[in-house]
Amino acid sequence: MAEYKWPPMEQRKLMGKRIARLDGPMKSSGRAKYPSDMNKPGLLFAVLLTSPHAHAKVKSIDVAPAKAMKGVTAIRVISGPGTEIQWAGTEVAAISAVTEEIARDAAKAILVEYEVLPHLVKEENLAKVGPRAKAAGEQITGDPDKAFQDSEAKISGDYGIPVITHCCLEPHGSVVAWGTDKIEFWPSTQAVSTVGGDLAKLLELPATQVKVDCQYMGGGFGSKFPADRWGAEAARLSKESGGRPVKLFLDRATELTIAGVRPSHFAKIKVAGKKDGTMTGWQSESWASGGIGGGGMAPLPYVFTNIPNRRMNHTQVSINAGPARAWRAPNHPQASFLTCSAISDFAAEIGMDPYDVFMKNLDLTLRADTYRKQLVKGAELIDWKKKFQLGSAKTGNLRRGLGIGIATWNGAGHASKCRLTIHPDGTVEVEIGSQDIGTATRTCIAQVAAETLGLPMSAVKVKLGDNSYPPSGPSGGSTTIGGVSSSTRKAAVNALEKLLEKVAPGMGVPADQLEANDSRIVAKGNPNKAMSWKQACQKMGPTAISEMGENEPRSAAREGLNTAGASGIQMAEVEVDMETGVVRIVEVVAVQDCGLVVNPRTAESQVAGALIMSVCSALMEERIMDQTTGKVLNADMEFYKLAGLPDVGKLTVHMDITKEHDARGIIGLGEPCAIGGVAAIANAAANALGVRVPMVPLTPERVLAALANRRNA
Amino acid sequence: MSSSNEIPKDQLPKSGFSRRSLLQSAGVSGGVLTTGLLAEDAQAQGAVAVMSGEVEITLDINGKKRNVKVEPRVTLLDALRNRLDMTGAKRVCDRGTCGACTMIVSGKVVYGCSVLAVDAVGKPIQTIEGLAPEGQLHPISKAFVNHDAQQCGYCTPGFIMATKGFLDRNPAPTVEQIDKGLSGNLCRCGTYMGMKAAVLEAAKEIKNG
Repeated sequence: MAEYKWPPMEQRKLMGKRIARLDGPMKSSGRAKYPSDMNKPGLLFAVLLTSPHAHAKVKSIDVAPAKAMKGVTAIRVISGPGTEIQWAGTEVAAISAVTEEIARDAAKAILVEYEVLPHLVKEENLAKVGPRAKAAGEQITGDPDKAFQDSEAKISGDYGIPVITHCCLEPHGSVVAWGTDKIEFWPSTQAVSTVGGDLAKLLELPATQVKVDCQYMGGGFGSKFPADRWGAEAARLSKESGGRPVKLFLDRATELTIAGVRPSHFAKIKVAGKKDGTMTGWQSESWASGGIGGGGMAPLPYVFTNIPNRRMNHTQVSINAGPARAWRAPNHPQASFLTCSAISDFAAEIGMDPYDVFMKNLDLTLRADTYRKQLVKGAELIDWKKKFQLGSAKTGNLRRGLGIGIATWNGAGHASKCRLTIHPDGTVEVEIGSQDIGTATRTCIAQVAAETLGLPMSAVKVKLGDNSYPPSGPSGGSTTIGGVSSSTRKAAVNALEKLLEKVAPGMGVPADQLEANDSRIVAKGNPNKAMSWKQACQKMGPTAISEMGENEPRSAAREGLNTAGASGIQMAEVEVDMETGVVRIVEVVAVQDCGLVVNPRTAESQVAGALIMSVCSALMEERIMDQTTGKVLNADMEFYKLAGLPDVGKLTVHMDITKEHDARGIIGLGEPCAIGGVAAIANAAANALGVRVPMVPLTPERVLAALANRRNA
Repeated sequence: MSSSNEIPKDQLPKSGFSRRSLLQSAGVSGGVLTTGLLAEDAQAQGAVAVMSGEVEITLDINGKKRNVKVEPRVTLLDALRNRLDMTGAKRVCDRGTCGACTMIVSGKVVYGCSVLAVDAVGKPIQTIEGLAPEGQLHPISKAFVNHDAQQCGYCTPGFIMATKGFLDRNPAPTVEQIDKGLSGNLCRCGTYMGMKAAVLEAAKEIKNG
């Protein structure tokens, strides 16, 4: 039975090293070809005609004027007469033409008559949503009424975090060619192994008909798993255009309107407790929306799940707006923001440092020791104890404040299969139906394979992004690194075992007494008995060695190559201008739990990136709906704001890369680092201002309104 | 809808076209654009011209003359991406906000989505493809790799061209100057920390030749 466990930390030569991402040169030279860069011979350009109405019935659609236009090759009606449209931006028709300009003109020439129906696009005010509200039921634990009655202190607060979009820089879409024997599909996807089957299903074809290729993709963040209706329509346009390849990528306004959002979350929260900071009671009435299907449901209270007396009510609100998709750590950033805000307000109410209140209540969490260590580390990094001052004590126009946010995530590896082939000339290739969504998956796979075979990185060719390779899970939920590293490890161990069996007789050493090291096959404990990797491979004969490896989630935890459970804390320091209401980031610190880290450099990049995303969400991002027209008002990148270089302040990332953590095996950490930052920043602003700004993003308008409310109170 | 007369004369491109004015006139006249003048003719006459249909123009891209057929409304970015298979510059916001299509025209850093192809005639255009010969990396690209200043990488070519334009003018910048100088570009994955370090390193590398 092969031994798969990771080599000891101190013996690793590639895993755990700060290796530059392999595809960095391709990306930074502009030579990397993303799906939206695929200029296939005979390429046609397709655009969508979308509904201007948030709620309407299509009465009639006349494509004849468009069809008659020179250069138009095909038109597909997606929402025919009788179709009820539930959000503005819904696909009504798709048009392909020889140029993009002609396709756009043709879209304008299509005549659609709608019967406009009443719509609701805003959920912020629960009193105004009427029958669109759907209660999810009450959960009660302990005796919350008594806890609040008997409490020494309590707070009641309103909190809100709006819908935000994924705003992937490469929009959703694909190039697709309907060939005679197969459909070639180049989608921008997070799910190479499943998206082909998804397209086949939409087209009612066997899954075997679709060939997927995606070597690079320009961001997904949870929104790019399906083939999507526009993918299927692009395929049909190709078919109707004689099989010519068709490129259909959403324009920016459509991307921000229909290609996925993170649900909002609003809540009235009450916390009861003692004057020493101990929390005894929690009540929340929350509501959320992620579109027509209602919204996500944040797990409340977050992390502090064992507050003894709790009452939670949640309401889903259905609105006529583009639907939700998974957004990096679904429901968690909202839950963290709501919970950590209320806890910080409770601390302010009793005149305590929130750091002490978080510390005091850690036994209400499932991982008290980890959070304790992380809070201590975070406080040290941001110099909390020296800097912290109660909000009520602050003076002056520029005021600084500190805040905390807390996170938890699973992060176990997904199902993954990998094939590793050692060729007689000594070259090695790894084939895996995974994808590199910017997380350095390609690089980490090469590190694992090369480490296992005792070879340099350059000796291993990683092939991914193709659904003809062994299936590997979609990249979501921080599951990829654990999945692909484990399957690659097993495939490499299995292949090496076969190679050692071939060379053992010639070397006069039993195969299990041989190891691969420094591009050589060496007898264990006898470094003089060795042959080069190349020589060893020549012994295998003309047929390559090709072995599989598999990560099976149900047995993975037992095997220990990857496990789950990554907590984390984020702390922020902000500076608020009391006159203008502008909030500036001074520093954001992440103390990120981890297991075995395959590539600390790219892992840190991911954590730092998550902090920047948190800055965006805390200070800038909001999808703004207009109830009058039913449309997204800021479906562009000028008014849908993202942080630029000057906006992010100092970012500090700390990971405990230690033997103790390493022994846990690999744990994904793309999500947990993206959870607590919004809470930390919002709490820092509340501390600086001495008053809670109920809703993020913390725009100057909202900050000044909160200050004015306090003056008026 | 207003007419292009609202744009001050000195801000009008020489050919008389700007994307804005063209979109506006198209919106007003609803497809009655008449055919006619080549960009050079318009330039020569100093007139605000209106034209439609594809015309062949010659662009000077990375030191090579490239002929391309475009409609007058086609942006420089779309001409490069859709017609010349030069896909390094990306189309992201398509409205002059995010910088993913940054290139250098006549020594000036521009957004390719906000320049009409016909307006780029006769002007040297530098794109990411021309930064270094095949198989080699420009010091800026190298520094971006060294400091992991990229994740998905879709914003990277734009940032690298913006950095090129920035360092051409500010060969020894401070971090504050970098923040300001590159604030016309946006990254979604959040790679700014690596970028700051990369730009500092690239500045040093370029200085040391």
